[in-house]
Amino acid sequence: MEKFTTLTSQAIPLNIANVDTDQIIPARFLKATDKQGFGDNVFRDWRFNKDGSPNESFVMNNSIYSGSIMVAGDNFGCGSSREHAAWALVGYGFKVIVSSFFADIFKGNALNNGLLPVQVSEAFLSDLFTAIESNPNTELEVNLETQTISVKGSDLQESFDIDPYKKTCMINGYDDIDYLLSKKTEIEAFEAQKIY
Amino acid sequence: MKKTLFDKVWDAHVVDSVQDGPQVLYIDKHLIHEVTSPQAFKELEERGIPVFRPDQIVATADHNTPTVDQHLPVKDELSRNQLAQLSENCKKNNITLYELGHKYNGIVHVMAPELGITQPGMTMVCGDSHTSTHGAFGTIAFGIGTSQVAQVFASQCLLLTKPKSLRVTVNGTLKKGVLPKDVILYIISKLGTNSGTGYFCEYAGDVFENMSMEGRMTVCNMSIEMGARGGMIAPDNTTFEYIKGREFAPQGEEFDKKVAYWKTLPTDEGAVFDKEYEFDAEDIEPMVTFGTNPGMGIKITESIPTEEDASFKKSLQYMDFEAGDSMVNKPINYVFIGSCTNSRIEDFRVAANYVKGKQKAPNVTAWLVPGSKQVEAQIISEGLKDVFENAGFQLRQPGCSACLAMNDDKIPQGEYCVSTSNRNFEGRQGQGSRTILASPLMAAATAVAGKIVDITKEVEPLELAN
Ligand code: SF4
Repeated sequence: MEKFTTLTSQAIPLNIANVDTDQIIPARFLKATDKQGFGDNVFRDWRFNKDGSPNESFVMNNSIYSGSIMVAGDNFGCGSSREHAAWALVGYGFKVIVSSFFADIFKGNALNNGLLPVQVSEAFLSDLFTAIESNPNTELEVNLETQTISVKGSDLQESFDIDPYKKTCMINGYDDIDYLLSKKTEIEAFEAQKIY
Repeated sequence: MKKTLFDKVWDAHVVDSVQDGPQVLYIDKHLIHEVTSPQAFKELEERGIPVFRPDQIVATADHNTPTVDQHLPVKDELSRNQLAQLSENCKKNNITLYELGHKYNGIVHVMAPELGITQPGMTMVCGDSHTSTHGAFGTIAFGIGTSQVAQVFASQCLLLTKPKSLRVTVNGTLKKGVLPKDVILYIISKLGTNSGTGYFCEYAGDVFENMSMEGRMTVCNMSIEMGARGGMIAPDNTTFEYIKGREFAPQGEEFDKKVAYWKTLPTDEGAVFDKEYEFDAEDIEPMVTFGTNPGMGIKITESIPTEEDASFKKSLQYMDFEAGDSMVNKPINYVFIGSCTNSRIEDFRVAANYVKGKQKAPNVTAWLVPGSKQVEAQIISEGLKDVFENAGFQLRQPGCSACLAMNDDKIPQGEYCVSTSNRNFEGRQGQGSRTILASPLMAAATAVAGKIVDITKEVEPLELAN
């Protein structure tokens, strides 16, 4: 897993609530047996028209927006538990998703793949949309050490929560498997004296 | 301290706690399928880590399997490859696999309870969000991502923060024609799609106490659609009777010992939940969804509400419905009775009871997809197959099928499908498809009428259904 400390980038504003993982990566792309290549199909049915041409009205195809941060509407990543959604976002190049709310499983999947979910207040989210939509060159700075997100060149700033354990993992680039394997003795002892 | 059902099961499985962090939770059963496991096997292999407890893993092929000609090689190359990988991975790692055609094959959340693999007081996981289904047995069961599948392979444990607790109580007597599916669609329509995020939900009250295990599974199945990690119902005699004698259930004295333990699991009187909701059974009616998330549901007698919200409007636009419309009489060309929500024998009995002696409307394609080989066999042995075929319905072979349309069972662009599955997301049943979620009774009635009907107006079929 890649390490994450701070990121300064422009952002893509996806001002839609309840974006579900079926939209992030439609089921027909789930037939692969490795993690590569999902980035090409992220938001496939929103990014492309039926005939395969880019859907110009979708924000990711609007060349005035770019960057490795996505700012998205409330309840991002709901629906199916497919981790392919996180792989697709990471594969496309996103490193941070900002929303006022994340679905549980998606949040866990994102963190396990070095994609940082930054949960902000609804008011702050709406300020972010306004800032980015009125000036697409707006840069956001996400600092994991201090747990803050700010809009460069303004006094807009908010802090965000993250599980301290997950924070350490993200900063150091290690994952849960490393930790669990170090607990083998405790796990075997638990198995030996299960109470149920 | 007074404990909830959830607390009791969770606390019994905590191996260790990370300081200021998550807990190490022991997992009793791990279910896997072809779509979310290959990358996990690959990751372990690359890191040189063996599968720790292969005996506690059960595999099935369900998500992308065809529902016709299952005895022939799978046509789609990518699906075939994924299935072959699953077989190979299971063989290499000594994992039991019920592959396509096996008498125990089926949708992972249908076959495991049916075989007695799912038992009260257990922790169960699967790389599939509807793992919440197994909570019907008083089991902590939840969906996990592929990284977590790899964690469980490696250690039979997961690192998790204990969710908060939520209780939804429904008391009273359900009206005729109101099925478990309507109960959960009603609850989600009231609470919204993220009211449960961060919570594990317990369903309590006489409505659930009086429900069959099949009905309880339908309810717990859709817990995830209100954002909850899982749902649970306290184990009782209905649960014990269901498990007794099943293939992998404990037998004889061992069974009695387990039952004694299972009886200690229900929530203590006076235990406190972080959040509680209460509903009256009498308020619930047959439900349909009109939008593109499962919370966008109404009673069949109501009309589509008006909301100013942009996502709401986008959703109605996708469905090509107008605020203020009634759903009754909307023409429908596709009906799907299947998925881990409603593909158990009881669901087909309800549908067959309604369909008996009637004919499907000529414009409708009606697919019946049993949840497992065992359900399929039951449909045949109970004579339901004849009832359906005489009425013009198509009985197909088991699998997830049009629930997520990874195989050929796709609803065409722009078409409406009344479906007993759990998700009405854009394109869920095929690109551009439009899904209306409903109970198996509503689905059967739609197939016969060729349009959505107000089932509350039909007295006789309702009597058959309850
Ligand atoms: S039937 Fe649908 S919801 Fe259930 S496991 Fe299969 S794809 Fe998932």
